[in-house]
Parts: sequence; structure tokens; C-alpha cells
Amino acid sequence: MNNPIENLNKIFDSRIRLGIMSALMVNAEINFNDLKELMDITDGNLASHIKTLEENSVIKVQKGFIGKKTNTTYSLTKAGEKAFRAHIEALEKMIRQTK
Amino acid sequence: MNQQQPLEDLQHIKKMMERSSRFISLSGLSGIAAGTCALIGAVVAYPYVQGRKDLFIDAVKGFDLARAGDYRMILYTWLFWIAAVTFSFAVGTAFIFTYIRSKKEHIPLWGTTAKRLMINVAIPLLVGGLFLIKLILANVTGLIAPTSLIFYGLALVNASKYTLGELRYLGYGQLVLAVINLWFTGYGIYFWAIGFGLLHIIYGFVMWYRYEKV
Repeated sequence: MNNPIENLNKIFDSRIRLGIMSALMVNAEINFNDLKELMDITDGNLASHIKTLEENSVIKVQKGFIGKKTNTTYSLTKAGEKAFRAHIEALEKMIRQTK
Repeated sequence: MNQQQPLEDLQHIKKMMERSSRFISLSGLSGIAAGTCALIGAVVAYPYVQGRKDLFIDAVKGFDLARAGDYRMILYTWLFWIAAVTFSFAVGTAFIFTYIRSKKEHIPLWGTTAKRLMINVAIPLLVGGLFLIKLILANVTGLIAPTSLIFYGLALVNASKYTLGELRYLGYGQLVLAVINLWFTGYGIYFWAIGFGLLHIIYGFVMWYRYEKV
């Protein structure tokens, strides 16, 4: 029997990154400020977590403008969505096995 | 790895999915407050609806406008102002309790989810409001209560996708009342009081009991 822990994705082992991924699963895109309010963390902290997710190609960044202000939004990549679903499945499997 | 970890992670995922897509600060107490305002409004309006008190504030002006089919005649009726004051108090008190809850849960009140909720409630309500004005001008007073219940019920069913899902049942309740009322026109004030008053209070109490009771 394979160990479900092996299927857990290291990228998602932080609560913040788990939260960002969860929010992006149910929203086509979310901008930086909304994510910040949702996670209730500082700019720098959020930026560093986003960078990790971006470097692993699970989320992508769109830079746009609302009037003259920059509006940076984030969304999941196809690979990111797949990886996160697999992560949720692995978590569920672990719960079933401990029962 | 801690045995509790996967369960907590899944709960966190679910929580963040809900928080990011639905406006979940809507307080049950808001429902109770709005319902109470509606009941008071219905009691105040009752003698006017029954014809025991004059409908027009300024009868001469009111009749003239009514005969001319001018929509401003609505402004000269007591019922319009009772409804306007009732509505303002209902929205105002509902806002206060939801504001308190959002503060308590550290969720911004005016975020993307709140905007999405407002837009989706406003669309059926605005169209319904225009329709009601037309009904009043056409003197189809028997349909005012069921029509307001129908549009409000549809607004709630629509809104339930953007806030606590249970709101859907409050919407269904309004719609059922509205449909029954269609066959009992003339008893609109009672259906109106049950729908906007009693159902709000019941819904609010259930929601408060379920999510907010400490």
C-alpha cells in the first residue's frame, strides 16, 4: 500500500499558501488587496508566498490597470488546479486511513 | 505528521473557499431586526389599507395626480411614506447587526463578496420596484403584496449563491406565500406581514442559533 503522505504537495504545506490556493479554486481571479484582506497578512508576507506559488507554476499573474492604478490579479494554472485537487485527495485519503 | 493535521487542513481549505466567494457576515440578528421593523410597519399601515384612515396626505392634490396618471401621486399617499420609513429602518438595523458581526470576525464589510451580493440582490429588486410603480398607477392594488413578495423571494434565491446558502429557504418561503396570495388578493397586508415580518424573524433566529449563539 502506498503512503498517502507521499502524495502531499510540499508547496501547500503552509496555511497561507493553502488559503491562497483555496480562494483561487472558487474565484476565476483575485487581486492582491483582496487576497491580503482574506489572509489577513502583511504585503511582504503575502508577496513572498505568492512568489513561491508562482515559481512552482501553480498560479499565474496578470498585470492590468484600473484607471491609472495597477491592478495585479492572480489565477490558477491548469497544472496548479490539478496539483491542488491531488493534494485535497491525499488529505482525504489520510483521514480515511486514520479512522 | 500530526494526526489532526489533514483534517484541519481540509477545514481550512473549506473555510477559505467560502470566505473568498461568499459574504458570510450576514447576521441572523439582522433578519430578526428587519422582520420586527416590517411587523411594526404592517401594524401602522393596517388602518390605511383597510380604508379606515385616509389614503392621501393631501387628498385634493393626490386625486388630481391620480386622475392624470402621474406617478408622483404615490408621494402623496401615507402608505408610500410608511413603506419608505419601514424599509429604511429595516435596512438600517439589518446593516448594524451585520456590521457588528463582520467586525467580530475580522472580515471587511465592503469587499468583493459584499459587492457581488449587493448587485445580485439589487437587480431583481429594482426591476420589481419599477413593476410595482406601474401596478399602483394601474390601480391593481391587490397584486402589490404578492408582486413585492415574488421579486423579493427571487432576489433572495439569487442572493443565496453569494452569501449563506440557507438564505435560499427564506426566498422559497416568500415565493410560496406570494403564490398563495395570488388567489387571496385583498388579504395582501397579512401575507406581507408574514413574509417580510414573520419569515425574517424565524430565519434570523434559526441562523443566529446555528452560527452565532455563544
